[in-house]
Amino acid sequence: MFDKIKSSYALVQRNFNMVRRDIGWELVFIVYEVVNVLTIGFIGVNGPKETMNERVLYLVAGALLWGFLSALFHEVAESVAWERWEGTIEYSFMAPQPRGVYMFGVCMWGILYGFVRTAICLAAVTLMFRISLAGANLWAALLTLAASSLAFIGMGLAAAVLPLISPEKGSPATHIFQALVLLVSGVYYDVSVLPAWVRPFSHVSPATYTLRAARAALLEGAGLRALAPDLVMLLVLGVVLIPFGFAVFSAGERYAMRTGKLKRNG
Amino acid sequence: MTAAIECLHAHKSFREPADGEDRANHRGRGLASLRVLDLVAPRKVRVDAVKDVSFQVKKGEIFGILGPNGSGKSTLIRLIATLLTPDSGTVTVFGQDVVCDRLAVRRCINRVSVEAAFFKRLSALENLEYAARLYGLDAREGKRRAEDILERLGFLHKKMTVPLENLSRGMQQKVAIARALMTAPVALLLDEPTTGLDPVSKREVQDFVLEVRETHDTTVILTTHDMQEAERLCDRIAVIHGGEFVALDTPQNLKARFADGDGRVPTLEAVFFRLTGSNVDDWMREQGE
Repeated sequence: MFDKIKSSYALVQRNFNMVRRDIGWELVFIVYEVVNVLTIGFIGVNGPKETMNERVLYLVAGALLWGFLSALFHEVAESVAWERWEGTIEYSFMAPQPRGVYMFGVCMWGILYGFVRTAICLAAVTLMFRISLAGANLWAALLTLAASSLAFIGMGLAAAVLPLISPEKGSPATHIFQALVLLVSGVYYDVSVLPAWVRPFSHVSPATYTLRAARAALLEGAGLRALAPDLVMLLVLGVVLIPFGFAVFSAGERYAMRTGKLKRNG
Repeated sequence: MTAAIECLHAHKSFREPADGEDRANHRGRGLASLRVLDLVAPRKVRVDAVKDVSFQVKKGEIFGILGPNGSGKSTLIRLIATLLTPDSGTVTVFGQDVVCDRLAVRRCINRVSVEAAFFKRLSALENLEYAARLYGLDAREGKRRAEDILERLGFLHKKMTVPLENLSRGMQQKVAIARALMTAPVALLLDEPTTGLDPVSKREVQDFVLEVRETHDTTVILTTHDMQEAERLCDRIAVIHGGEFVALDTPQNLKARFADGDGRVPTLEAVFFRLTGSNVDDWMREQGE
């Protein structure tokens, strides 16, 4: 077991080295993300002063959580497309390790990377808006983030199959999927404003429960008892989506090996 | 004795976009054969890449596969490397089936492909460290082994921390060879490993392949376009054409088969042209493509 975790660490170390080599681009992405979160936060500055903290926190919490979840989803879902682009997919996939070891490493990196980016954004936002987190239950918010990671890893695993089975169209399709989750999950608004026919989709998106629980923890200081229904739902989605995503990915890999698509581009 | 690598009636085909001739034939069948789908997706036809190929490679043997571009060499290597599943037939490596015992096969093999498959913004050492960990080696031990092999191949130590995108193709290929040998595979799949290398580097790699076979009794399958290389390294050579083996023998016997009436044996290159029905002009054109 320890050996498998050590092998998974190969992915974390490799991606860390890539970030180090591309530090210029990473800075560009982080600056863009910080500016994006600040821009969204400024929308909340408009309006009555006494409720400004709540409004800004509501919007900023949405932007930060979405930043974390989309980074995690992106890292997992794009892992295959990235290997294909670099030309390393055959070498990585013929390593004598169960596929779970590879995907575990990808997920660990996704969580770490998303967490660091989100922490940088949070620091920038706190400095800019001087948000008061006095009444917030930060531990409950962090627990919500951890619970939601499982469901997003499951979704990412299922989405990672798209670049595997369709080398050219798979990667853009993951972006469409990500955009739809953004639309239905109430990142910047309450899902009640969605048209009636769209609303049912919000019930199957883990981001809906994440945002609702995290906002309750940050804005109202809600404790675990109050958040239990959303946390349980997130855990259920995680328990269902991770094996589902892995099964979809494994089936996709078998299809790619049968049809000759497990190869580099070009 | 069990063969190190065995292919029995291996067959692999792919669906590929129809070429002009196929489309013309299709149109010739009239309107009845038109599909609405043709308007949005190109018609595909099934193309046999490997057809009913059978062979055995003995432990410690260097087995060469020669063939023109698109003849099925790389498909065959990828079948053995567990990257493709055969449509029919069986492929085994040390008695383990590439479909049923995939992980066991992967523990025995490693591969060098014609393309240098690396994270090119990372250095040789960073790439090798990733490979060592992923393949279950201790990172420090993997690094030590890789450095030894790289030095043996004439790779300068100071270049080990330079991003691979800044190194020549020959240097990259040496790193690929070090990466494959670092895991001490008992079977090594070399898919055109010396393509693009200068004569000195080519000779260094060839010497090293022979040395690995001598010292580790490694079984090697080598595909190449270099007839001299095949003749120097390979115990036996198979010539593949259109997905089928058209000859399989030692280099000497292959040449002897085409000796003229006076007993003069042709070069391996001439044998290759005879077996694949090509001439030098076709060959040069194919290499140009």
